[in-house]
Amino acid sequence: MEFVNLKATELRLGLPGRDETEEQSSSCAKNNKRSSSEMESSSEHQESGAPPPKAQVVGWPPVRSYRKNVLQQQKKPESDGSGMFVKVSMDGAPYLRKIDLKCYKNYFDLLKALENMFKCTIGVYSEREGYNGSEYAPTYEDKDGDWMLVGDVPWDMFITSCKRLRIMKGSEAKGLGCL
Amino acid sequence: MAYSFPEEVLEHVFSFLTSDKDRNAVSLVCKSWYEIERWCRRRIFVGNCYAVSPEIVIRRFPEVRAVEIKGKPHFADFNLVPEGWGAYVYPWIAAMSAACPLLEEIKLKRMVVTDESLELISKSFKNFKVLVLSSCEGFTTDGLASIAANCRNLRELDLRESEVEDLSGHWLSHFPDNYTSLVSLNISCLGSEVSFSALERLVARSPNLRTLRLNRAVPLEKLPNLLRRAPQLVELGTGAYSAEIRSDTYSNLAEAFSACKQLKGLSGFWDAIPSYLPAMLHVCSGITSLNLSYATIQSPDLVQLVTQCRNLQRLWVLDYIEDRGLEALAASCKDLQELRVFPSDPFGAEPNVSLTEQGLVSVSEGCPKLQSVLYFCRQMSNAALVAIARNRPNLIRFRLCILEPRVPDYLTLEPLDTGFGAIVENCKELRRLSLSGLLTDRVFKYIGTHAKKLEMLSIAFAGDSDLGLHHVLSGCESLRKLEIRDCPFGDKALLANAAKLETMRSLWMSSCSVSYGACKLLGQKLPRLNVEVIDERGPPDSRPESCPVERLYVYRTVSGRRVDMPGFVWTMDEDASLRFS
Repeated sequence: MEFVNLKATELRLGLPGRDETEEQSSSCAKNNKRSSSEMESSSEHQESGAPPPKAQVVGWPPVRSYRKNVLQQQKKPESDGSGMFVKVSMDGAPYLRKIDLKCYKNYFDLLKALENMFKCTIGVYSEREGYNGSEYAPTYEDKDGDWMLVGDVPWDMFITSCKRLRIMKGSEAKGLGCL
Repeated sequence: MAYSFPEEVLEHVFSFLTSDKDRNAVSLVCKSWYEIERWCRRRIFVGNCYAVSPEIVIRRFPEVRAVEIKGKPHFADFNLVPEGWGAYVYPWIAAMSAACPLLEEIKLKRMVVTDESLELISKSFKNFKVLVLSSCEGFTTDGLASIAANCRNLRELDLRESEVEDLSGHWLSHFPDNYTSLVSLNISCLGSEVSFSALERLVARSPNLRTLRLNRAVPLEKLPNLLRRAPQLVELGTGAYSAEIRSDTYSNLAEAFSACKQLKGLSGFWDAIPSYLPAMLHVCSGITSLNLSYATIQSPDLVQLVTQCRNLQRLWVLDYIEDRGLEALAASCKDLQELRVFPSDPFGAEPNVSLTEQGLVSVSEGCPKLQSVLYFCRQMSNAALVAIARNRPNLIRFRLCILEPRVPDYLTLEPLDTGFGAIVENCKELRRLSLSGLLTDRVFKYIGTHAKKLEMLSIAFAGDSDLGLHHVLSGCESLRKLEIRDCPFGDKALLANAAKLETMRSLWMSSCSVSYGACKLLGQKLPRLNVEVIDERGPPDSRPESCPVERLYVYRTVSGRRVDMPGFVWTMDEDASLRFS
């Protein structure tokens, strides 16, 4: 049987990323609740500064929903596990505590939690003066074994390098803040 | 008759025949063999629940003890089949409840199972032993409670990848205290916590327990409690594999693992952290099956684990393993038969890991027994595919998914026709193939010419014209299942090869170019096929006949059109033209 290339006359629905995608996703979104969660996942992946994910085609790539859901919920891979549960000591306190740094999104949350836990005031960080003027100052031991003032480095860098925390008396911490 | 064996003798001979193919062949010899065989067939496999009605099955095989039924088409896994399409198991259970009280096994895949069905199962079959629900949905933990409470002889309860509405973790407590026959339990798909003390007691009183697959909610610290009570386990699925890093947790875990001398299969590993992986090292030498596809750990830690498993036959892993990890795998695991590499970031625009075609080439070089591959990656070349084909002519399943549709050979920018052509030409026993990347009609010519043992073919975003589809339908002699999405295949090839469709289980085509008119014609020409148009835009009659349908699902059947179709499914048959006036 002879076949002529019918491309010129064929009815096509176009390439993905153009009308076809919208047609598919809008016609599927009505009846299929799972495809709308797929659309949600694309917006979750969007980070400021990173290139946005490609327009998603329904069911592509062929990864099953439960796998996609599991990947979204998983934490990012850790290479050596540092920066999660860390011991926290406070000068003058009889015993140490432990906290999971991943429970906090930023320094503000962490310091509020520490203030709560140890019933102390840590105050506000400033780049120039550290925690000058507060009763206590939070410090941490980093991967190199050095004691650093909490707040100097970006949060993400902090949680991967922090090995333990020590809440120093403000008078002792003065030295760190005045560099 | 002077020279026929007594029936009992024939029946005894037939009892040695276990494969469906053999039994089907036997039943075609003569009428008396047909009769004898049908009374002693115990296992039935129904590949498409709409291909035959439960009444027909039960009438022919009244003494059936084990049924396996599949429902929705495979592309339902990727949300291409709208919800409510069908595949309800209830009619099957109702029919068997009345006629087959001795039924022992029910295995279902991609079917809708309600609590009502589960309750009916639990109350109808006194000797019920095996329930496997694979990728099913529609039931809650209440249904599971009925099974637990009433199935006194249950051996296997396997919920693999089903969607279960979690109402309460207490269903497990419904297993009576004197119930001790559990052999296999898989609850890995359950979202919320089951009562741990009930689980612990159940494990403790199940001396025959061989397979235990826990769900994510079972904490790692408690795993040793279960392992200590079941050191005879052969297959274990952990819960979440992370905990605060403590030496006592670690040593408990390591000790519990080392007591399990029969472990062959491991899975689970949600949220895995590397620190706890070495606890398993004692069992690695016996492991033949390892599913790390939920473990988001980096390549070096993966390699450390995998290379200890010298007897590994099956590995499922995320692409965090990277090319270098696969190279190490190829060097250590010479018995590897099946490899699946899943994408950790399927929707990301940029690669997040260093996994390319090279990883697969390494494994194809180093693992002489490799026969089954599922590989997600971002780039591929014809050269790599040719190398893989030459290295591994013994491949049986080859599923390649290049994440971006229509991506060409990244070295030459040509289509990947030659590469896949090499696969089908060299791998003469290939039964399953999934294509991806930039492909023209040429690849289908190669497939039609060479893939004579191919049974299942999956095509997406490929081909130029109807010629492609024609090559496949006219050339692939063993084809049973064909699923196609987003390809420029239309009426001509389909109608020219209509008779072929009666030799196959099913054909799925979505977002292609098959017109409503052609669907009607197909339905009229071939009354032994159900030609289903699945279209959410309303009745196909409300659009011109030349308008392509959204989805087409064609399958052979001896039971005619089904009666449970939702509003967005139309079956084309002789009366199609009358129905829409």
